[in-house]
Amino acid sequence: MQTKRTIFPNMWLPYGLLAPQLAITLVFFIWPALQAVKSSFEREDPFGFKTTFIWFANYSKLLADPMYLNALWRTLIFAVLVTVIAMGVSLVLAVAVNRLLRSGRVYTTLLVWPYAVAPVVAGILWWFMFNPSIGILSYVLGQMGVTWNHRVNADQAMILIVLAASWKQISYNFLFFVAGLQSVPASLSEAAAIDGAGPFKRFWTIVVPLLSPTTFFLLIVNINYAMFDTFGVVDATTSGGPAQSTNILVYKVYADGFLGLNIGSSAAQSVLLMLIVIVLTVVQFRFVERRVQY
Amino acid sequence: MVENRPWLNVLTHLVLVVGVIIIAFPVYLAVIASTHGPGAFLSNVVPLLPGPYLLDNYGQMLSQGMSTSGAPPLTLMLANSLVMAIIIAVAKIAISIISAYAIVYFRFPLRTLAFWIIFITLMLPVEVRIIPTFKVVSDLGLLNSYAGLTIPLIASATATFLFRQFFLTVPDELMEAARVDGAGPMKFFRDILLPLSRTNMAALFVILFIYGWMQYLWPLLVTTDPKFYTVVMGIKRMAAVADADPQWNLVMAAVVLAMLPPVLIVIFMQRLFVKGLVETEK
Repeated sequence: MQTKRTIFPNMWLPYGLLAPQLAITLVFFIWPALQAVKSSFEREDPFGFKTTFIWFANYSKLLADPMYLNALWRTLIFAVLVTVIAMGVSLVLAVAVNRLLRSGRVYTTLLVWPYAVAPVVAGILWWFMFNPSIGILSYVLGQMGVTWNHRVNADQAMILIVLAASWKQISYNFLFFVAGLQSVPASLSEAAAIDGAGPFKRFWTIVVPLLSPTTFFLLIVNINYAMFDTFGVVDATTSGGPAQSTNILVYKVYADGFLGLNIGSSAAQSVLLMLIVIVLTVVQFRFVERRVQY
Repeated sequence: MVENRPWLNVLTHLVLVVGVIIIAFPVYLAVIASTHGPGAFLSNVVPLLPGPYLLDNYGQMLSQGMSTSGAPPLTLMLANSLVMAIIIAVAKIAISIISAYAIVYFRFPLRTLAFWIIFITLMLPVEVRIIPTFKVVSDLGLLNSYAGLTIPLIASATATFLFRQFFLTVPDELMEAARVDGAGPMKFFRDILLPLSRTNMAALFVILFIYGWMQYLWPLLVTTDPKFYTVVMGIKRMAAVADADPQWNLVMAAVVLAMLPPVLIVIFMQRLFVKGLVETEK
């Protein structure tokens, strides 16, 4: 770990400075996480009088449970769709803004503010638009011969949460793509243009490779977002329904633990989710560290 | 750009205008809906032009709230959100900057361990450890309090990293000079490092304020007393009324009020916001 050439010689001060952060981390992060690991190996009787240590039974039950596998599958579909849509749309917008010198900033301001909209609010907005009885989009779809009702149609429920979650994430990706595009040296494009490469060829051969670090970073961030930060979107729109079709993992932990009071299973699900976050964080951090050295 | 291609310029503007419309349309509808009376939502489709009830709807929500949902007036919920967001942002910055200072400017046993314990918080978002964390907070008697709403959220690995990276770029000579002049560690921190970190702190404040304002799951769990409802979680209660259609005009007035403060911050603090975002995430 990097340090300064010179340091302050002081025995106790650094511990005092670290104390508040460490205390909060230990009490509200490490301790609960250990508790989750512990109760994932236990079974609690319905009245909470007795707990038995049952090794991996919670896990094996979970991984054999079609409901859980369904949630896993739905999460995968959801995360892939949100990542592809949110990154695709924002890349197109970022490339367009990057072409403009003067009016680019105005467009940027008009595009970045959804960052500040809470996921649950995004969910309510899209639910309002797709409301089967009064929603404007369900009305337009009805005119085109599509009957929209996400309360009974599983695919439509999935489309709804994907749209709401992607809508909110576009602004974030957009900002990072704009930053990435602006660091592409103009001289490269100019040299290629003199050699006769048109704008689309230049984009594929120069911009896309140079943008790949940003793209990779955003890929991890977006998967993370879709898997963990979209609780509010699901809770506001579909609550996991109909028939479990939008019950993504992070919602299922909450529903099983808080509403279903199945502590052992919910704890095992928490631990599996933690493992997923750890993998994503390590990948992200490795990559960030490697980039920082350049 | 290198050459002039009029059709490409037209296409560029077209793409951006369509993008802005897609981004803005849901919010436009919300604003429109919040200006209508309750009758406007009984017919087939939502009106697309403003109605005459703007002041009535917002006035009612701010002063009384929605009686059917048992939620308090929006003024109270907005104040709670404001308190929560400010406490989270200020406390996160405060504890992160002193942690980073300890890690960069001192050498002591267990330094690497402390660093890793802070780092681990990145891997434990509240969503994955909700039940045990809820239990800890409830055992400590912190349910329905500002402490319970904020303290479990204020550890911050990203802010600590940001300050650590920044401190590492501060030239060593500054500290050597301060030591030659007889300044102790706290004096150096207060008189030299803090002023140098002002922009970073401001940028981070913008990001963390928005983070605190947007919290949903955590307030939903720890508050059962309407006195402590935050606006983002309160809205959900209004929208999800049993056995009846929500009063859309009022819900949308609440939605607009809940969005307004953080969105204005992003728009007016754009420079700081972008700086904070790019630095905390990378």
